This record gives sequence, C-alpha cells and structure tokens, in this order.
Amino acid sequence: MIEVKNLSKHFGDKKAVDGISFTAEDGEILGFLGPNGAGKSTTMNILTGYISSTDGVALIDGIDILENPIKAKQKIGYLPEQPPLYMDMTVKEYLSFVYDLKKCKLPRNTHLKDICNLVKIENVYNRVIKNLSKGYKQRVGLAQALVGNPNVLILDEPTVGLDPNQIIEIRTLIKRLGKNHTVILSSHILSEVQAVCDKIVVINQGKIVADDTEENLSKNLVNNNKISVKIDGPFDEVEKVISSIVGVKVVSMTSKDTDEFCEFSIESEEGVDIRRELFKRISERSWYIMELKTSDMSLEDIFLRLTVGESIPAVQRNGGNE
Amino acid sequence: MKAIFRREFVSYFTTPIGYIFLAIFFALAGIDYSVTSIAKGSSGSSGGAQGYGTAELTQFFLWLLIIIVILIPILTMRTLSEDKRQKTDQILLTSPVNLSGIVAGKFFASFLVYMMGLAITLVFSVVVSAFSKPDWLTVFGNIVGLLLLGAACISIGIFASSLTENQVVSAVISLASIGLMSLLSVISSFIPIEIIQTILNKLCFLERYIGFTYGQFDLSSALYFISVAVAFMFFTVRVLEKRRWA
Repeated sequence: MIEVKNLSKHFGDKKAVDGISFTAEDGEILGFLGPNGAGKSTTMNILTGYISSTDGVALIDGIDILENPIKAKQKIGYLPEQPPLYMDMTVKEYLSFVYDLKKCKLPRNTHLKDICNLVKIENVYNRVIKNLSKGYKQRVGLAQALVGNPNVLILDEPTVGLDPNQIIEIRTLIKRLGKNHTVILSSHILSEVQAVCDKIVVINQGKIVADDTEENLSKNLVNNNKISVKIDGPFDEVEKVISSIVGVKVVSMTSKDTDEFCEFSIESEEGVDIRRELFKRISERSWYIMELKTSDMSLEDIFLRLTVGESIPAVQRNGGNE
Repeated sequence: MKAIFRREFVSYFTTPIGYIFLAIFFALAGIDYSVTSIAKGSSGSSGGAQGYGTAELTQFFLWLLIIIVILIPILTMRTLSEDKRQKTDQILLTSPVNLSGIVAGKFFASFLVYMMGLAITLVFSVVVSAFSKPDWLTVFGNIVGLLLLGAACISIGIFASSLTENQVVSAVISLASIGLMSLLSVISSFIPIEIIQTILNKLCFLERYIGFTYGQFDLSSALYFISVAVAFMFFTVRVLEKRRWA
C-alpha cells in the first residue's frame, strides 16, 4: 500500500511536484498519467527514496521513506525511466548482483530463474547486457525490479521500447502482478493505462487534475450529445437540412474529403437523440450516410480536456499506441 | 556493501580500466626500478660502484609516489561518475543499502586493484634479494606507506568522481587535487611566512610519505593518511546525500 500526502518537490523556483496526494491499496494497479514533464518521474523518484521531497509524506506499507529509508526500500521494486543496467555485465551476473544488493533471502537460483521465465528473458540469460535490444534491456530492468518479490512495484513507463507483442505480454504480466502487489505505473500512453489500471491519477504541471477509476473519469467528462457524421451529398444543402432538425444546436463541417463526402460534427440539446431523424431526412433526399458515430470521450479526450483546460474539437487520433 | 564491492572489482576487469591501470603501473614501476636500482651504479648519484646496481630501494619508492599520483585518477575516475551518467545510481540509491556502504564498497574495490599493482614491488624486492640483501624493513615500511598514501589518494579520487558525470573531468579534478596535495611542500617554499610553511609541509603527501621511503614508520603520518581517506569518504557521502536533497 502506498500513501502519498501533500507531496511537493521544488527545484529552485520550479515546482516539479506541487502538493499531490493519492493512495494505492494492496492489489491495486494505479496508473499515473500525464504529459512529459508533468512530474511523474519526480514523484516516483521520491516514492523510491532516490530524491527527497521538499514537503509532505510518502508512506510505503505505512513506513515513511524519509524516516526509515532502508526498511521502506526493502518493500519496493523500482523500474526507472531508463533501466539502471550495468552494460558490462551479463543478465545472470546483473540479476545476481541485484539479488545481493537487495539482501534477498529467497533461494537464489530458483528465484532468479522464476523471474526470467516471468519476463521472458531466459534465452538471453548468459548474454552481456550491452548487446541486448532495447526491448530486452527494458525487460531486464523489469526483472531487476521483481528481485526479492517486493510488495510494491513502481514502474516508470514500463513498456517503452517494446514491440506490440511484447507490450501486450508485459501488460498481461503487470495485470497479473497487480493481483498480489501494489503497482504504480506511469505512462503517457493513454490506452495502456486504460487497459491495465484499476485507478487513474492524472497529473499535469505537478498537480493532480483527476484521481478516479477509469469509468468515473469518463462518466464525469463525457458528453453524449455530440455526434459526427459523414454524408455523401451536396454539402451546403446537407448542412441546411441538418440545421433544420429539431434539437440541433450547432452544426459544423469538419472536413470535406472529396467532392461527394463531407463530414459534420453535430451538437444537440441535452437528452435529444437526433440520429433517427437525421437518417430519415438524409434518405428522403437520396443522399447517403457513409458513417455515423457518437463521439464518446476516450481517455485521450479526457486527458486533453484536463490538461489543456478545454475540449478540443476533432482531435486527430492515431491509434493510441505511441 | 559486499555486493557493490564485488561488482566494482569485477568490472575493473570486464572493462579495460583495470588492465590499463595495472599494465601502466607495472611498466612505469619497472622503468623506475631499472633506473633507480639496476642501473643505479652507472647513473650513480648517491654512491655504489660503477655498473654494479644497488639494493637500496629508497629512490625507487620515492619515484613510485609520482607514478601513483598520476595513475590513481585512472583507477577512480569512473567509480561514481559512470553510475550517475548511466543512471545506475538509481538502483544503488533505491536499494536497501546506506550511502556509506555504497562509497565503502567502491573504495575497497579500487583499493584492491591498487594493491594488486603494489604487489609488483614485492617481486622487485625479491629479485634484488637474489643478488644482494635488501633492507626488508625498509621494503615493508614502504609498502605500508604506499598503502596508506594510496588509500588517501583513492578516497580523493572517488570524491572527485562524485562531483561530476564526466569521467575525464573527474580524472582531471583528482589528478589536480592529488598532485597539489603531494607538492604542497614545493609551494610552501615560495611562501616566506614560516607558520604557513609549516602547515603546508605538514599537509603535504610527499613530506608525509618520504619518511616511509627511508623505512621509518611514523604514526602521525599514518594517522594523517587514514584521516584524509576517511574525511574524503565522508565528503563523498555528503555529496551523494546533498544530490538527493537538491
């Protein structure tokens, strides 16, 4: 369990982290979401005792990281943004070093082998780390965090540099680990947090802008009265027809692909579903609806809305992953 | 501490640094030995018959000081700076180990490699003993002196390494500081104020070490070197601590 109360970190005048509080319960995966430079890594570095906080408390299983660092650190497995690997060692030597460093008591060989199976690095076990690909390095970094089977796992962008298959594997692994560990995972990849985490903390410019489960976040910010539609028909007439539908508040053309297709974003009044009426009117005039979708807010929209301040229309999406 | 010590020591020999240090050390010590001992008779400044060499190793050990001053920065330059640059300090500082354990582990690893270098002086002494009778007390006194001097220099080197992420900068800082500490007595001779001269001479590594080369074991000098070693290890811990609180 991790409790953070009113945590601040100032670098000179810059407030990297500004009075944030959150809690991650046992068996919970907490996603830490924010743009680059939001204070994610700083917070994680404070939680793991790498740097100190200017103000506030961080408790790991009830132990204050500043007051009793050695005891608190024993409970943490940390994968920093850049995995802390000694490039001149083999994976075996490195993990064995970490095992000694953490004063681990579990049976050495079986424990290390288990971890290697878990993160799938058995086949590079005897290779020198500097010759491994980025994905493997990342996984060795994750393996390092798992040595000693700590209660709390703090993972700073754990899937960076992995290929899509590996990303899915690691996410599944994190989900599995989350059942009996407390996991904090940072990311700026929204779909990742959406896929893995039970709870999401959104942070921007050192401040928490949202702290809730994913559904609640969506519920609070969603607006169901927005649809976008792509129509095959003369665009100026189409616009007039749409505007004449009862309940439509705003119609705006978002793009005109070719001569025939035009796309509109329509905002209707609260609680009015204009889709049936829209379909009728369009078909009456022998135009065609090529596409019709409600624009429910994805985490991306929530994220942008929270961090930029207001909703941005027609956000170009590119599939989510990286 | 043990884990860090073992890793550091092994890393000296998985990277070229350990080999380079030992090779240059052996080479320079060998040259030093040839010039000051084997060829001593012919170059002859302090006696010994023409062409016969000398078993008197005082000169040899005196020159060794200069070699050590130059080589120790190579030995220590990467100890902490490389960790900082490669971000491997994150695993050290977030593990359940205290800072003094980290610094001590690094110190003893460097010290062990240094001792491996020093072992060559024993070989030279044994070679001398085949032809003549070296003064074994002088030899052992010297080795103790060198160990103490080395501990102080390594400690300064590690401190320099904690100040920067750059190995070269670290090496230059430690070379400059160790060099300065060794030559304080030279500087002091330019300062006409007696009290400052005395203080500088007391702090000077060369002055402190020179007694050992004659085979005198001076307790105050021994304590001085140990204090320097401990003090700079303490400063290193403070640097690491301060970085955390920055």
